[in-house]
Amino acid sequence: MADQIGEKGVNALGLLRSDYKGLPSTLCQGCGHNSISAQIISACYELGISPERIVKFSGIGCSSKSPTYFLGRSFGFNGLHGRMPSLAEGALFGDIRLKGIGVSGDGDTASIGMGQFKHLARRNMPMVYIVENNGVYGLTKGQFSATAEKDLELKKQGRNLYTPVDICMEALIGNASFVARSFAGDPKQVKELIKASLAHNGLAVLDIISPCVTFHNLEMYMHSYTWGKQHEVPLHDLSYVPSEDEIMVEDFDKGSSREIELHDGSRILLKKLAEDYDPTNRWEALRMLEEAERKNQLITGLIYFNPKPMNFFNMFKLVDKPLNRLNSEEIRPPRESIQKVNELMF
Amino acid sequence: MSPTTGEGMDRNMADEKVVNDFSITFSTVNGSGSQTANTTLLRALFKMGIPVSGKNIFPSNIKGLPTWYTLRLSREGWLGRVEQDDIVVAMNASSIAKEIEYIVPGGVLFYADDIPLPEIRDDITCYPMPIRKLIKDTDVAPRMRDYVANMVYVGVIAQVLGIDLEKIRLALDFHFKGKEKAIQGNMDIIQTAFDWAINNLTKTDRYYVEPMNATQGYIMADGNTSSALGSIYGGVQFLAWYPITPASSLPEAMHEYLPMLRKDKESGKYTYAVVQAEDELAAIGMSVGAGWAGLRSMTATSGPGLSLMSEYLGLAYFAEVPVVVWDVQRVGPSTGLPTRTAQGDLTQAYFHSHGDSQFILLIPGTVNECFEFGWRSFDIAEHFQTPVIIMSDLDLGMNQWMSEPFEYPEEPMDRGKILWETGLDEMIQKHGKWGRYWDVDGDFIPYRTVIGNRHPAAAYFTRGTGHDDFANYSEDGVEWENLLDRLDKKYESAREQLPVPVIEKMEDSKIAILSMGSAEFAIQEARKLLKDQGVPTDYLRVRSIPFSNKIREFIEEYDRVYVVELNRDGQLKQLLTIDMPDLALRLKKLSHLDGLPLTAKWIKESILMAEGK
Repeated sequence: MADQIGEKGVNALGLLRSDYKGLPSTLCQGCGHNSISAQIISACYELGISPERIVKFSGIGCSSKSPTYFLGRSFGFNGLHGRMPSLAEGALFGDIRLKGIGVSGDGDTASIGMGQFKHLARRNMPMVYIVENNGVYGLTKGQFSATAEKDLELKKQGRNLYTPVDICMEALIGNASFVARSFAGDPKQVKELIKASLAHNGLAVLDIISPCVTFHNLEMYMHSYTWGKQHEVPLHDLSYVPSEDEIMVEDFDKGSSREIELHDGSRILLKKLAEDYDPTNRWEALRMLEEAERKNQLITGLIYFNPKPMNFFNMFKLVDKPLNRLNSEEIRPPRESIQKVNELMF
Repeated sequence: MSPTTGEGMDRNMADEKVVNDFSITFSTVNGSGSQTANTTLLRALFKMGIPVSGKNIFPSNIKGLPTWYTLRLSREGWLGRVEQDDIVVAMNASSIAKEIEYIVPGGVLFYADDIPLPEIRDDITCYPMPIRKLIKDTDVAPRMRDYVANMVYVGVIAQVLGIDLEKIRLALDFHFKGKEKAIQGNMDIIQTAFDWAINNLTKTDRYYVEPMNATQGYIMADGNTSSALGSIYGGVQFLAWYPITPASSLPEAMHEYLPMLRKDKESGKYTYAVVQAEDELAAIGMSVGAGWAGLRSMTATSGPGLSLMSEYLGLAYFAEVPVVVWDVQRVGPSTGLPTRTAQGDLTQAYFHSHGDSQFILLIPGTVNECFEFGWRSFDIAEHFQTPVIIMSDLDLGMNQWMSEPFEYPEEPMDRGKILWETGLDEMIQKHGKWGRYWDVDGDFIPYRTVIGNRHPAAAYFTRGTGHDDFANYSEDGVEWENLLDRLDKKYESAREQLPVPVIEKMEDSKIAILSMGSAEFAIQEARKLLKDQGVPTDYLRVRSIPFSNKIREFIEEYDRVYVVELNRDGQLKQLLTIDMPDLALRLKKLSHLDGLPLTAKWIKESILMAEGK
């Protein structure tokens, strides 16, 4: 591992892994979401990110409950169904140095929240946006979501009549600057992608197929563990290298890998598999997703990446001090200005 | 002439001179650029020292439908709407027949001479205006002709009524921000029309404009600009909004004035962010997020947008997040009459969102109060850690009002109970603990921390689900009831800490008028008319909800209190009835809604009828 974990299990900040934990999960035993929470904890711990620098956001649903189960020392806001993006967009103006981690579900993102999701991408809001995608509404006991496959049959719901929404495709079309897909049953890849997304200076969309063990885990369907394990086609082996750690770079054979520099100077290494895949080519990314769908494959890995995006906060010329630490004198115009204002009122 | 009001005046004596006390309605086609001409006249009259108000009655349309603008000159300073027109300037063939009906006997019609005239009443004076011919004679580019055509009527009526051309120039200078080419171009047309009128029209009407000294020290402002400026002086840091008539000009005024007033001198950077959201669902979501993060945060909308904001406002109430929402009311239900004014969102705002929720409402009645509530609303929202909804309306928000200058906020900002690293440390040292929802002071308002606080105990998880004093998830019934009980007590504690009602008394009053918002202007004039008819009235204007006990004490003084409001159902009366059921029978509903501002005449006649006089 590239990250600096000391002998006593403390990271670069001197914090233990337990400093990154949350409350015990109340989700079902074996839920893919719990595995993702564990990887968020690991990623932040290993990177040595101060928990006070992270702000957690979520919408409504099983996925959206999970932010209580990681990073207990980070602020969090569990908002409304499908409307976590707007909450995060407003909140992080409070202190734009902070990093947002949003956790959403497929219903929360691809149904009720499609509008806000697309606009989050369009603004390139600098945050990590994880969709814990299981194709089903768990909390309301197993209705189809918008990512459920066409013709899927569930006991109470019957057959799904509609074609599914592909979250990565939507993110790409919406101009998201970092689009990845993974599988909750592949913890190593999930963790590496989370690390890379935390360093990204724009919106990082992680569509993580996260099987619902209770309502949607039939072997033949895409959102199940069995299907995922059998049909997963990783784009590349992924390693995330923090900027303060130069050594690991040497360990990789550059002939078979592509190195991408992230905004903070850290790098992500993509080890090519069968195809010569260029994740900075949006057109190629779309083509590849389209092809994978036809081949009935679950493409995982970093699908698209724009190394130098203009993000939401860059578009505002804000003072250096966090807005929420400005005092009264800094936000109320001076007394003498009122006369000028009154002169303009005619 | 007698010093009385336009509505009460007997105008049968055609030869009596009427000076500075009449109304002019400009009937034009929407999108023809008449707004510049009309506000130019408004400003010129104001600069002549004459109390004047302007009301724009416009369609929900970009171009092509009839639109009206009424200027009211009032020596005594009445600013309310009048129901009849003394003078009509008709530029629209499609509506001229109707316009003529509204002219008072002895009134005047100016009309574009290419409009075929319907049968003309013999009790009015008519002046044709050769708009096309005069424009053709100038060197105005053909595509600009429609826009400058309106300047012809400015010149003609200036000459006939006696409006000072120098003051018109001053008004144009203001409008075009000193751009000499635009100013001179318009002045040339006005002068041409003015000269034409000297040579071709013989004044036979009785209306005159004469300089006065009654506007010295006053300003002219629309409510939405005033609200925006007030918010800026309140230190607004975040505004998310979505365009909607009649609220849009509030955020647009923010765009205009924020860079001037809120740029950090040293760095040239800004202390605020304004975001145009994708819809009202997102506008309120962003605003609630920013309020939660410790920013002075607001949004501005109208009825349909307020409906969409319902769920997030409920969350903000429950999770105790300060946020300010301006509702510039228009006529509902549904899309309703989107360009007409109303006070019909009051019960919606009061009962907003599902479950047992409560909202502090502020109701400004003047542009000065728009300014004051602009800054004060943030103090209230942050003090009580709750949403504040401000009920403005189209008439107040979009029309120009003569008023006292804005006053700089004299009170220090109240940022409420917010703990940063040191404060939290002290709290924990003193009490051994801190809980986001723990009412440590016994005043029902807990302490909050916000993101970016680096203290390891600062973080908490905000949720719309049941929670205990420490923001932990809880479905415990007792805990739920205690929480909702505290929220109720917190709300109740605001009653006497909000803007107090305005109370005005008259000698020997037996009855009272109770109202809110921009009904103020028509009511003040109606009270004068009623007094002249031997019916003096006392008056209370509600400025905030939950209601102050002063309102109860006031109602208790009278057998009959007329609750005057611009909606069908008498919504203010409904809320008063809920709050003070024992006094309900004293309250008399006096409400109606046709999309136009209330008039003194309607209020006077309704009260006289109800009083059997």
